[in-house]
Amino acid sequence: MTTIVTDNCKSCRFTDCVAVCPVACFHFDDEMLYIDPDVCIDCSACIPECPVQAIFEDDDIITEGKEEWIAINAERAPDLPVCDEQMDPLPGAEERKTELGF
Amino acid sequence: MAQLGSEKNPLCIAIVGSGPSGFYAAEALIKSDIDVKVDMLERLPSPYGLVRSGVAPDHPKLKQAILLYDKIAQSPAFNLIANVTVGKDISVDELRDSHHAIIFTCGAESDRRLGIPGEDLAGSYTATEFVAWYNGHPDYRERQFDLSNEVAVIIGQGNVAADVARILSKTADELKHTDISEHALDALAESKIKDIYVIGRRGPAQAKFTPKELREFGELKNCDAVVDPTEMELNEASNKELEEKTNIGSKKIVNLFQEYSSRPISGKLRRCHFQFLRSPVELLGNSKLENVKIEYNQLSGDPFKQSAKGSGKTYELETGILFRSIGYRGIPMKGVPFHDSWGIFPNVDGRITENNEIVPQFYTAGWIKRGPSGIIGTNRACSVATVNSLLADLDALDSAGQKAGVEALYSLLDSRNVRYLNYQEWTKIDAIEVERGQAKGKPREKITYVKEMLELLN
Repeated sequence: MTTIVTDNCKSCRFTDCVAVCPVACFHFDDEMLYIDPDVCIDCSACIPECPVQAIFEDDDIITEGKEEWIAINAERAPDLPVCDEQMDPLPGAEERKTELGF
Repeated sequence: MAQLGSEKNPLCIAIVGSGPSGFYAAEALIKSDIDVKVDMLERLPSPYGLVRSGVAPDHPKLKQAILLYDKIAQSPAFNLIANVTVGKDISVDELRDSHHAIIFTCGAESDRRLGIPGEDLAGSYTATEFVAWYNGHPDYRERQFDLSNEVAVIIGQGNVAADVARILSKTADELKHTDISEHALDALAESKIKDIYVIGRRGPAQAKFTPKELREFGELKNCDAVVDPTEMELNEASNKELEEKTNIGSKKIVNLFQEYSSRPISGKLRRCHFQFLRSPVELLGNSKLENVKIEYNQLSGDPFKQSAKGSGKTYELETGILFRSIGYRGIPMKGVPFHDSWGIFPNVDGRITENNEIVPQFYTAGWIKRGPSGIIGTNRACSVATVNSLLADLDALDSAGQKAGVEALYSLLDSRNVRYLNYQEWTKIDAIEVERGQAKGKPREKITYVKEMLELLN
């Protein structure tokens, strides 16, 4: 199966996930992170790290209704720069986190 | 003298251990903005630590982490010096003389004991040795496991326990196209095991599996996942734990157990029973294990701080094979401080300490730094933190003067007739393993004797 970043990352981009990625499969744009499915090894290390629970794997993707993000991650990630070190969150990330209920 | 970390005076670092934490430390050093030389020492001829000898053979995707390690190893700043045991072939003091700093990333090579009577009876094993055996680790090549019993017991509910249970649950047919070692596949093909009991001292809400590992048990071709519905009645504190939004992992685990508890047993070849709130208190048998005496536990304490206490109520489970999987601990190394009760090298932010004083030049990362928790990627963050500490100490490291680095090591090893391997030589062994595997439809057939690996290079 696969592991993906979804909409909760938008406007947050905390990047805690990146620090524990064993294979540097995260990529970023101005809004959020994406996982390159060809590089990701589905180890799940990133999932509990996300402060806004934006990362899903396997059956959870379907349970949570996030299927559209499979294609978005696969299409966007390869063309974007790799994020392999933790960066500062986007301005307003903390407010967004509260808004999301975390 | 040129500044430390410049082209003329590179920072020379020895890394002891070639598992994930070692490679992530090497990566962080090589990516830093100073000139470094990284010399990684490994006890075996083969690198990659638990990615090679721990990750289960039926989890091939996880092993792709090796692709990244290979990339790191190709850096001109990197050297592998394999088949060299620090403390035997070369001393820690000699490394201190040849390098500005040493990062110990030698993992947790031993296991925690149950501390109950009968623990050393034949038939009582550690998960560590079983995992290393089926993964072809040379130290465990000659181990024998008695799989002639119908009942197997695993103590512990973490991912290692899950790996052992899953390997015992699968048939040889299901495993034959993985990189499981041939000797293990042959032995498992004769397994008579029908019932596997995976026993945890606390409840379903405190089990340490990752949801992904537990989910696999619901999808096994030849094994039913069995949970007694009465065991799914949680106490108030556990329900509180599950209400916590950040505890979503445990919520998923409990949901999976609930699903398994509501399924009918479909009559597959094997059954894997997950049982909770019980601890082994004695292993019984004359010359070998015959019964496990198990005590029911009760939980007490606040949410997230619940501990299990024996209730006094016990029963016996007939079994001839038991694996304990209740955690690992590091082993001491001559010349390096050791925290005996924690089984780690004592440290502050990766700087090794002795009696709360920082020991110059000594650093640590991975399981030997923080204890055996987390998965492969957890060690990346851990190693990066240690390298940040090390790079902040550059001035202090500089006071030791210029270091000869790897050349000093080579001449010491040559003078002692130690046959060390470099990374290029390892890739030759690697290619032979892959070739031998291809013939059998496997990703590789590991070479399980050190002697054979060395002979192949001559």
